[in-house]
Amino acid sequence: MKDIIVKGGYVYDPLSGVDGERMDIHISAGKVVEEVPERDAKVIDAKGKTVMPGGVDIHSHIAGSKINLGRLLRPEDHRKDPVPRSKHTRGGVGYSCPSTFVTGYRYAQMGYTSVMEAAMPPIGARHVHEELNDTPIIDKAAFTLFGNNYFTLKYVREGDKEKLKAFMAWLLKVTKGYAVKIVNPGGVENWKWGRNVDGLDGNVEGFDVTPRQVVTMLAEANEELGLPHTIHLHCNNLGIPGNWETTVETMDAVSSVKPAKGRKNAIHVVHCQFNALDGDSWMTLKSGAGKIAKYVNAHPHVTLDMGQVIFTDTTTMTGDGPWQFRLHGLTGNKWVNSDVEMEAGAGVVPYTFKKNNPANSIQWGIGLEIALLVKDPWRVYMTTDHPNGGPFIYYPKVLAWLMSRKARTDTMLESNKAVMKKTSLANNYREYTFNEVAIVTRAATAKVLGLKQKGHLGVGADADVSVYDVDPSKWRPSQYAEIERAFRRASYTIKGGEIVVKDGEVTSTPLGSTYWVKAETPPELEQELVKELEADFKNYYTVSFRNYPVEDAYLPTQRVVKAQGGVWK
Amino acid sequence: MTVFTDVVCPFCGCLCDDLEVTVEDGHVKGVKNACGISRSKFLNHEKNRLKAPTVDGVEVPLEKAVDAAADILSTSRRPLVYGLSSTECVAIAKAVELAELAGGVVDNTSSVCHGPTILALQQVGESKTTLGEVKNRADLVIFWGSNPSQAHLRHIIRYSGMAKGRFIPNGRKDRYIIAVDIRKTGTTRLADEYVKVEPNRDFELLQALRAAVRGHELLAESVAGVPREKVTELAERMKTAKFGIVFFGLGLTQSEGRHMNIDAAVGLVAELNNHTKFLLTPMRGHYNVGGANAVTTWQTGYPYAVDFSRGYPRYNPGEYTSIDLLARGEVDSALVIASDPVSTFPAGVVRNLAKIPVVTLDHKVTPTTMLSKVVIPVATAGVEAEGTAYRMDGVPLRLSKLVEPREGVHSDAEVLEMMIKRMGGRAY
Repeated sequence: MKDIIVKGGYVYDPLSGVDGERMDIHISAGKVVEEVPERDAKVIDAKGKTVMPGGVDIHSHIAGSKINLGRLLRPEDHRKDPVPRSKHTRGGVGYSCPSTFVTGYRYAQMGYTSVMEAAMPPIGARHVHEELNDTPIIDKAAFTLFGNNYFTLKYVREGDKEKLKAFMAWLLKVTKGYAVKIVNPGGVENWKWGRNVDGLDGNVEGFDVTPRQVVTMLAEANEELGLPHTIHLHCNNLGIPGNWETTVETMDAVSSVKPAKGRKNAIHVVHCQFNALDGDSWMTLKSGAGKIAKYVNAHPHVTLDMGQVIFTDTTTMTGDGPWQFRLHGLTGNKWVNSDVEMEAGAGVVPYTFKKNNPANSIQWGIGLEIALLVKDPWRVYMTTDHPNGGPFIYYPKVLAWLMSRKARTDTMLESNKAVMKKTSLANNYREYTFNEVAIVTRAATAKVLGLKQKGHLGVGADADVSVYDVDPSKWRPSQYAEIERAFRRASYTIKGGEIVVKDGEVTSTPLGSTYWVKAETPPELEQELVKELEADFKNYYTVSFRNYPVEDAYLPTQRVVKAQGGVWK
Repeated sequence: MTVFTDVVCPFCGCLCDDLEVTVEDGHVKGVKNACGISRSKFLNHEKNRLKAPTVDGVEVPLEKAVDAAADILSTSRRPLVYGLSSTECVAIAKAVELAELAGGVVDNTSSVCHGPTILALQQVGESKTTLGEVKNRADLVIFWGSNPSQAHLRHIIRYSGMAKGRFIPNGRKDRYIIAVDIRKTGTTRLADEYVKVEPNRDFELLQALRAAVRGHELLAESVAGVPREKVTELAERMKTAKFGIVFFGLGLTQSEGRHMNIDAAVGLVAELNNHTKFLLTPMRGHYNVGGANAVTTWQTGYPYAVDFSRGYPRYNPGEYTSIDLLARGEVDSALVIASDPVSTFPAGVVRNLAKIPVVTLDHKVTPTTMLSKVVIPVATAGVEAEGTAYRMDGVPLRLSKLVEPREGVHSDAEVLEMMIKRMGGRAY
C-alpha cells in the first residue's frame, strides 16, 4: 500500500486537541505516522477542506435477523432506491433497509469508517457475523443482548454478581460481541406472555426481579469486568409519553456504580429522543428534553445518543417486542414480531415521520434539543438510531440542524406548530462548531467505546481519515446546504491507509475488521458456570451447548479487544 | 473410528443438531438420534453419486466443465440461477454474485413452496418465534395444513409436542394440540382435536375465527364444513390459551387463496395478541431454504425471484419466478444448484427447460442432471463440506464436514467461485 499525505486541510482532531489547524496527516502501512517522504507518497490536496478522523457510529442496525426482517418486509422501500452495480461495487438496494454491500458503501461515502451494530441476539450471532462479513469497507462490532437473557435474570435473582460477570464474559466470547446491550429490561421477558413490564420497578414474571435490579447489577458487573464500553441501554417505557421520568430514574439508579478505571461514565442511554417524552398521552405530548439534559449536565456518569427523527418514511426495528406491537396498534401498519428463545425478541413496523403531525414534529425537536441542551459534547452523540428515527444517509442533514439555527428554523417553519409550543427549540441559539461535530460523530464515540485506535489522528491511530469539501474558515451557518452537500459525499475517505472513496464515489472495497471483547474469568468460576449453563441448555434450549458458540470461520478479520483491570471477589 | 456428536442434520427445516455420526475409514457407518429420512441421507450419501463432470454426457476434466458452464452463462441473454435451498450459505452468496455478474435471475425453491408466505409477510407482517419458546411455553399448538409426523419427523418430539420446557414440565400432557387439515394424517391422529376443513376453504375458516375472536356473532350455520359452535369454541380456546402457536404448511400456501390464506392466518394471530400471546411459524421444507431467503435478502433486499438484467436487483414474484420464466420461454440458459426441478416442476415447464442449455451442480444423479448439458459433481454440504444453514425459525447453525469428498470433488461454493473467476468476476 502506498504512503499517503493528506496535505494542507483544516484538521479537526479533538482527542489530540487539534481544532481546525492547517496541517498534514501522514499515513503509512495503515497507520497515522509522524512523517513519510513526500516523493514516494500519494499526496491528497486538502487545501480549503475539512479533515477529520473517520466517523464512528455508536448505534445503528445494519446486520442480523432484525434488519433482515426489515429488508424482507419492505420491497416497497427498496423500490425507491435501487443501486446498480459498478466497476468496483455490487448492486443492491438502499433507503431505510439497505442491503449489506450498500450499507458499507454509503457509510464510507459519508466518511464513516466504523459502525456498531446495536443489538445482536446471542442465538442469532452467526447471522449477524455473516452479514457483517458481507458489509464492505467499514470496521464493525456488534453488541450482545443481555437484558432479558434467562441467565442474566437468573443470576440477578440469585444476587450472584460474580456468576453474572462470568456469564457476561462467556457470552461476549461465544457470540463475539463487543458490548453489553440491554433492551427494555424485563419487558421483553414479559412479552413472551404478551405483556410488558411496568416501569423500572415493575415485576419481571417468573423471576421476581425488577428492571432496576437488572440494570444496576449489569452496570456494576460491566464496570467490574473492565469492559471497554459501558452498558448500552434502551430504557423501559420507550415511546410512551411521560417516559422521561423512567429515563432519569434509570440513570439515577446507576449513579453510585463505580466506573471502570480510566473513565467517569457508567451508562450509555441510547436513542434518547424516544425516551424523553413528557405529558400524559400523545394528545398532551411535550418535550422532556430539558429535564433529561438538566440531569445529565449535573451527572457525569451518563452518556447519550440522540435518536434524531428525520421526516421521512422509515422502518422501525427494535429488540423491544412489546413496543413494536403497541406501534402496530397505533399505526395499523404491518407488523413483524420475532421472539428469541431464552434471550430476546424483536419487532419491525414501518413508520412515516410527518412534518404536519404534531407528535412527530415534537419528537423531531426533542432529538435536537437533547444535543443542544446537554452542554458537554463528549457525552451526547449524533445518531438517528438507524433506521428507527430515519435512515443513516440523513446524518448530514442532522449535522446541518446542529450547526445552523437557520437550518432548524427553516424546518420548523415547514412543520407543525407544536414543535414551537411544546419544545424549547425555537429559543435555542446554540450552533455546533466543526470541532463539536468531530466530537459527537467520531472522537467521543470512539472514546466511550474504548476503541483506542479510532476517532483521532495522533501517531499510531488507524489511518481512517475523511476529507470533506467545505472550507470551515469561510463557512457561515446560513450556508447549511453546503454542510449537507459536503458531508453526504466525502472528497476522500481513507480506511486503514487505503483510499476507498474519492469525490463521493467508492473506489475500493476492502473488508474491514470485526471487533469483539475478551474478558478473563477465573478458570474455576468459568468451569462452574459452564456446568450450570449446560444443564439449562439441555432442558430449555433447542440447540446444543456445543453448537452455540460462533466458530472462528465467521470472523475472517477479527480484532480482539481485551477487557482491562477486571475485579473479582 | 471417529464419533462426531452434536452433528447438524442437513435434511429438513428442523435442523436437528443432536445427531451422533460414526465414521470409519472415511465412510459414514452409523447415525444415532436421527429420524429415518436423516439416517438414510447419511448412510446412503455415497450411493447414486455423479461420477465425473460431463459436457453433453461426455466425461471431461473439471476445468473443461467449468469453462463450458461459464461460456453458457456469459453468452446467454437471460440466464436463470435456481435451487439453493439444499446447500450452505456461502454457495448461496456465490450464486447471487454469479447471477448479478451474468445479468440474470436468481430464484430459490421458495417460489414453489413458501413463496406465498413471504408475499403475505410483505403485505401484513408476521408474528413468529424461535422454536425454543414453543418448547418452553406453548400450551396450545395448531398444525394447519402441515403434517410434521410425516414431513418434519422430529418436530413434534423436539419442539412442539412432547418437548418439555420451562413452563411445560410435563411435555405432551401440558399441551393441547389441534390439527386442521382436509384429511386424516399422522398428525391429526396424534392431535387432541382434528378439525376437518373443506378443501380450498381455509381462508373462510380463518376469517370466521378472526371474527369470532373479535367477538362478532357468526350467522352462517357452518364455515368450510366446520359447525358454527365449533368455530366459536376454537376461538375461545385460542383466546384463553397462555401461549398459542400455529405451524402452517403447504396445505395453506399452495391451496386456493395461497398468500391470502397466510394473510388471514397472520391477521388472526395479530388479533389474538390483543388477548394473549399467539404466534405462527411456517414449516419450511428444505433444510436451508431459510438461508436461501436470508442471504438473498441481505445481498439484494429481496428473498427470491430477483432479476439483475438492469444491473440492480428487481423483485417480482409471478414474473421473475422460475416456473413463470420457463413457462413463457423467457430464459435461454439455466444454472441449477442443489435442486431437481425436472422432478418437481410442471411437465410443460420441464419441456421448456429441456430446450435450453442447463448447467447442474449436484452430488447425485437426478432427472435434472440427466437433462443437463453440463454436470458438475459436488461435495454434499453437511456431510462432506462445512457451512451455515438457517433453521425454519431463522436460527443459524454450523454444518459439519464429517468425511472427505472424493478426490477432485469440490463444494458448491468452490465450483461457483471457479465459474465467477472464469466469467471475469472480481473479488469484492
